[in-house]
Amino acid sequence: MADESITIQKLRETFGDRIEVVPAAIDMDTVKLGRDDIVEVCGFLRGEDDLDYDLMRDLTCVDYIDEKPRFEIVYHLYSIYHGHEIRLKVRLDEQDAAIDTITDIWTGANWYEREVYDLYGITFTNHPDLRRILLYPEFEGYPLRKDYPIDKEQPLFEEREETRGVR
Amino acid sequence: MGIERAFGEGIITTRLDKIVNWGRKWSFFCYPFVTACCGMEYMSAAASHYDIARFGAEFPRFSPRQADLMLVVGTICHKVAPVLKLVHEQMCEPKWVMAVGACACSGGFYRNYSVVQGADRIIPVDVYVTGCPRDLRPSWTAS
Repeated sequence: MADESITIQKLRETFGDRIEVVPAAIDMDTVKLGRDDIVEVCGFLRGEDDLDYDLMRDLTCVDYIDEKPRFEIVYHLYSIYHGHEIRLKVRLDEQDAAIDTITDIWTGANWYEREVYDLYGITFTNHPDLRRILLYPEFEGYPLRKDYPIDKEQPLFEEREETRGVR
Repeated sequence: MGIERAFGEGIITTRLDKIVNWGRKWSFFCYPFVTACCGMEYMSAAASHYDIARFGAEFPRFSPRQADLMLVVGTICHKVAPVLKLVHEQMCEPKWVMAVGACACSGGFYRNYSVVQGADRIIPVDVYVTGCPRDLRPSWTAS
C-alpha cells in the first residue's frame, strides 16, 4: 500500500503476519505483536538504517480488566534522525504476565520496566535489575491494576489518636 | 503603672512569658520540609518580593535540632511519612508545625494509595495554610 509509512512496509516485508497494523490509530503507526516477537521486532527497528529507532520514548501498561488477555504493554519508539514514530502493543494474560526485556536494545527501558513491574506486576525476563522503583518494600499488591481499591492506603506510621477515624 | 513612673523613661515592665513569646514570634528558625510544588511558593515567599525576612524568618535551618518551626510544604507520601515523623521528633521543644498547601493540610486533591491525607495524621499541626498552591499575599502571621 503506497500510503503506508516505510516502517510498516519494512515490517510487513520482514515479519509478514506476525504483526498486525491497527488502522484505527490515526496519530501514529500502531502495530500489535505477540510477546514472543517483541525482542526481534525491536532489534529490527533499531538496527535497520532506514528506520533507526534509537529513542524509546515510553513503555507503559494498560489494564483492560474486562478483556482477556488483560494487560497490554505499549511501547512508543521514535527515530531522532528520520522522525519516524511507532507504537507497539503486546497483550499479556493475567496468569502469565511475563515478557522479555528490551533493555539490551534500549538501555533507557530499564527504569520503565521496573515501574511497570512495581505498579502492575508484569515480570520482565532477563531484566538486569528487576526490583521496586517507586513503592516501598512493605507495600503489598499492585496499585495500578484496576482491581486495587483506589483509596486503600498501607501506612508505614502509626496514626495519631486525634485523627483516627476522620476522613 | 506606678512602678514604671518610679523608674523614669526608657523602662517598661511586662510579664516574662509575654516578652519571651514576643521574641519567639519575631525570630523563627524554620525547617522547610519541602516535598512538592508548594515549595516553589515557599521559595518565592522567602525571596525578595514577598520577603519573609521582615518577619525574622529568613534563615532556614536545615537541621531539625536548630529549628523551632517546621513548615510541611507539599504532598506527604506514605514513603516519606516515617522521615517526617523522625525529623519532627528530633526537633527540640518548643516546636510548632505549619502545614502549607492543600496536600499537607488534608491530602489535597489526591485520594489514592500513596498520599497521606494530611500531615496531621503523622504529627500535630498548629497552623494550616490552605491553597493549591498557597496564596502568597502574606498571612504569614504564624506567630
